[in-house]
Amino acid sequence: MIETLQNLDFLPFILSFKLALLTTVILFIISLPLAWYLSQMQSKYKPFFESITALPLVLPPSVLGFYILVMLSTNSPIGGFFEDVFDIKLIFNFTGLVVASCIYSLPFMVQPLQGGFESLPKNILEASYIAGKGTVETIFRVALPNIKPALLTALIITFAHTVGEFGVILMVGGSIPGETKVASVAIYEMVEIMDYTAAHIYSGIMVFMSFSVLLIVYIFNAKQAKRIGIFHS
Amino acid sequence: MIHIDISKNLHGTQGAMVLEMKVNIETGSFVALSGSSGSGKTTFLRILAGLEKAEGRIKVDDEVWLDAKTIKPTQQREIGFVFQEYALFPNMTVEEHLLFVQKDKKLAKELLEITQLTSLAKRLPSTLSGGQQQRVNLCRAMMRRPKLLLMDEPLSALDVKMRMKLQNEILSLHKLFNTTTIMVSHDPSEIYHMAKRVIVLDAGKVIDDGNPKDVLLKTSGSAKFAFEGELIDIIQVDIIYIAIIAIGQQLTEIVVSHDEIQNLTIGQKVSISTKAFSPLLKSFNR
Repeated sequence: MIETLQNLDFLPFILSFKLALLTTVILFIISLPLAWYLSQMQSKYKPFFESITALPLVLPPSVLGFYILVMLSTNSPIGGFFEDVFDIKLIFNFTGLVVASCIYSLPFMVQPLQGGFESLPKNILEASYIAGKGTVETIFRVALPNIKPALLTALIITFAHTVGEFGVILMVGGSIPGETKVASVAIYEMVEIMDYTAAHIYSGIMVFMSFSVLLIVYIFNAKQAKRIGIFHS
Repeated sequence: MIHIDISKNLHGTQGAMVLEMKVNIETGSFVALSGSSGSGKTTFLRILAGLEKAEGRIKVDDEVWLDAKTIKPTQQREIGFVFQEYALFPNMTVEEHLLFVQKDKKLAKELLEITQLTSLAKRLPSTLSGGQQQRVNLCRAMMRRPKLLLMDEPLSALDVKMRMKLQNEILSLHKLFNTTTIMVSHDPSEIYHMAKRVIVLDAGKVIDDGNPKDVLLKTSGSAKFAFEGELIDIIQVDIIYIAIIAIGQQLTEIVVSHDEIQNLTIGQKVSISTKAFSPLLKSFNR
């Protein structure tokens, strides 16, 4: 048992976490203005934009992966542009995985943030504007501090969801050790070659970590609700 | 002087209506805005604050806040707004609310002293009573040293005792800063106590404008006193009739003759007055 553990390759886990961390950071920067804009939007086209951001939730990962693959390949305008201008290849490497993950996990970041912003009473935002504060200052000093549970949910769920990603990664990245072979792909391969011991250990680690992450979120949210009260809109 | 001449189409509870206001408000004055709910009072305040769009012109001293070409953003209008439901920031302490508006510790300290909040400076809103929260709301509005203070039924959620106390605090702040103030209120005693002028709105139009004594006192002719109330019921007792009338929160009975009831319909507004009568005024303790 101990010998098996010592021989276990932890590189896929490290890759998974690196990917999840990068995706979470990039998505937070992209999603913050997007979620705010959607929450304040009153246009009749709002459902249209909401559907687009929610699309990765319902599409089969293979479909999403296929489109991303087509979009990022060197034969496509986008993939070609990155290859020619920056000399960066976007498929079958780690960079491509980050791009694909950002698309795949977008709703997990946008939706909790948007929901959080929408739960804020309109008049506390207005109070901030009347105090002379612009939108950016209002978001960072009034809106975000009062939706900490939603903020934490967005960050943690995006992270966890990216760690658990499988189909899209396989489509866009394949299974190159040290480059695109993340934990979920590694487990799939272990099962394929019937190495059940390693698959058990890997899967067990995944279950344990996912559970701990969720537990932390729920404990924190319960504490926040007690401290500042939850809005009822 | 604040010149206001605005119009806006509203879809209120009573269907569509046009809010039309043409008023001038003197610098440093305290104006009450009254009228039934849905008459456009809150919308009027929100237009002044730049929170809602409208047609027309708003000019404050020499600054144009609104005309055909300009809509001055809320952030650049020097206003204070006291929300009816407090609208405090749950993440900030009392003191942080004031310093959020302006990093002026001296003014914050002064305001907290006037409103007796000094000992609560480090508390979060969720730990404060309604009266205390409304004081924070008021202080936050004053932190900008606003040219115009707008208050939307600031005291309606508070009990009578707290209301009286806050009325006086608002008045002392008004005197100290000499801020032009517009306050929405339904309470005639509050209006009488605080405002020099009352504007009454109905369905988006000004129907009365003057000093509170003239506008609010319902007596006319030689009547000594008068109350306005709603006729709830008429009961026949032998040959006389008794009208049940609701005045504010109280019901009262008035004897009426057969001839008099011909002109009365249940549910209508009536006024009860009397003359050649010397009422006794007794204080009672509550």
